[in-house]
Amino acid sequence: MSVLVIIEHDNQNIKNSSLNTITAAKEIDNSVHAVVLGENCSKVSEQVSKCDGIEEVFVADDLIYKNHIAENISPKIVELADKYSHILAPSSTFGKNIMPRVAALLDVAQISDIVSIENKDTFVRPIYAGNANLKLQSTDTKKIITVRTTNFEATKINGGNGKITKIEKNEDPNLSKFVKNELNKSDRPELTAAGIIISGGRGMESGKNFNLLEEIADKLKAAVGASRAAVDAGFVPNDYQVGQTGKVVAPELYIAVGISGAIQHLAGMKDSKIIVAINKDEEAPIFQIADYGIVGDLFKILPELSKEIDKINS
Amino acid sequence: MKILVPVKRVIDYNVKVKVKSDNTGVDLENVKMAMNPFDEIAVEEAVRLKEKKVCDEITAISIGSSKSEETLRTALAVGADKGILVETQEEAQPLEVAKILMEIINKNKPDLVLMGKQAIDDDSNQTGQMLSALLNWPQGTFASKLEVKGKSLNVTREIDGGLETLNMDLPAIITTDLRLNEPRYASLPNIMKAKQKPIEKITPKDLNIEIKQRLKTLKVTEPDKKEAGIKVDSVEELVSKLHNEEKVI
Ligand SMILES: Cc1cc2nc3c(=O)[nH]c(=O)nc-3n(C[C@H](O)[C@H](O)[C@H](O)COP(=O)(O)OP(=O)(O)OC[C@H]3O[C@@H](n4cnc5c(N)ncnc54)[C@H](O)[C@@H]3O)c2cc1C
Ligand SMILES: Nc1ncnc2c1ncn2[C@@H]1O[C@H](COP(=O)(O)O)[C@@H](O)[C@H]1O
Repeated sequence: MSVLVIIEHDNQNIKNSSLNTITAAKEIDNSVHAVVLGENCSKVSEQVSKCDGIEEVFVADDLIYKNHIAENISPKIVELADKYSHILAPSSTFGKNIMPRVAALLDVAQISDIVSIENKDTFVRPIYAGNANLKLQSTDTKKIITVRTTNFEATKINGGNGKITKIEKNEDPNLSKFVKNELNKSDRPELTAAGIIISGGRGMESGKNFNLLEEIADKLKAAVGASRAAVDAGFVPNDYQVGQTGKVVAPELYIAVGISGAIQHLAGMKDSKIIVAINKDEEAPIFQIADYGIVGDLFKILPELSKEIDKINS
Repeated sequence: MKILVPVKRVIDYNVKVKVKSDNTGVDLENVKMAMNPFDEIAVEEAVRLKEKKVCDEITAISIGSSKSEETLRTALAVGADKGILVETQEEAQPLEVAKILMEIINKNKPDLVLMGKQAIDDDSNQTGQMLSALLNWPQGTFASKLEVKGKSLNVTREIDGGLETLNMDLPAIITTDLRLNEPRYASLPNIMKAKQKPIEKITPKDLNIEIKQRLKTLKVTEPDKKEAGIKVDSVEELVSKLHNEEKVI
């Protein structure tokens, strides 16, 4: 049986998270299908059909799917589920919101946040904030899975020639109504797809001081992240949070500034290739996982860092 | 309005978790346990609704060993009115937890279920969504703000791109995120008073639910340890390493 991937998108473009999820699907089976539920989303289904390895894309285009309301989307996935042994979505807030509903409606367990695939029914996922890895075997006939995107490469949007099949919408369950959203627009790369991330913690002292990080981020084409303490204090919006209960990232370079390195923060960034820590406390736990550490006052170090980057950029 | 708050007993978030040497799980012997932090936020939110007279009764429920009674007492000390302990020695996975909660809800008929978005032990982030699907109730997950207006609810959700607000009618399921509130500590007199509050004890069997391990644990291992690197003395040295040796900038 084939594998079905639920595509995350914004009605305009496929999200990177879906590209990683397609790669995971291909590890499970050669036959990968996808479903796009959205409104005016034909561009998305075209992108998906071009993804390397996609055989068929189902698309239902209707207002009820515009805002990805979980109660609206999950019945459609359940309708499609018959033909599939595995149904995958990214472990983003999109996937986390929808997939447990699908699992419950199908009366199967969900396997959250897989980081590797041993075989068709055996998977590895982190538990206890990444302090342990659990290898588990699913005894259900159908596997409902969310994928930790940082552990799978992104599939390319070329080379594929999947068939696009229109499908009908399901009835509107009329449970939740969309009121509004406040999305943070930024010209910087998305946290979960960035090659370089510079994150600030409580040590930044204010939202205004994040300018120091933004300046460096712009020079390095980096994304800006934060610890929970920085978000709770209102320095930056919630979607900056990296960690066990925020975003999981694994860039080539992660620079932690004024972040102590609590286990909940490490859970979200410890798989980064190179970790740099800037902290005035030489005992800060972040230094235990940093490849390069500088002990000192961030307000002195950041301007210097900005200048040194100018030197190599020029 | 009646509110149900499911609370899970988990390893305290400050404890350094150790994997057992036989790789069957993590070491829970003599470790500090506590209420799942997201559930503390759910209890706090329920108590605030009670203080605003929006809610008149809060029931806390926990599924687990007899020790989960401690977790229920904590909820009672903060302001829940009564507790239900569904006692089982077996580990109940999210789908079973959701089914147990559904049975309780069908009997107790709460108007609102406030629960954590995620248990910090299994890190599943599933139970609320599953429960909502089983009941065919609306769900507001990862909530950072809740406004109850009569029978209708506006919930602001923390999503990857920012915030989203949904409107739904009661009854509904809400799962809490970190920014919803800052939970209070129970006062000593309230801890004493909580000892007198009622806790009903039942078993999954009483609800006709059999706990199945649909996901079998094969092996629990420690993640690869990252070696601590070096401290550099100057920013110049740092940038040179990142540029010339690591080639990441
Ligand atoms: C249920 C739960 C979930 C959580 N989820 C997350 C999560 O997803 N992500 C997350 O990050 N946290 C999470 N946390 C919180 C976590 O436990 C820590 O409290 C948090 O990560 C601390 O943030 P911080 O390092 O910025 O602050 P602190 O621990 O206060 O550290 C600040 C650091 O800045 C340094 N500093 C201060 N001033 C300067 C200066 N001038 N120059 C240089 N250094 C300076 C200090 O030495 C210190 O090390 C969670 C906690 C719980 C209970
Ligand atoms: N054994 C349990 N007893 C009571 N509540 C639970 C239990 N397991 C999960 N929950 C609730 O479900 C939420 C999400 O848990 P999970 O889906 O396991 O991450 C928790 O924050 C609790 O509110």
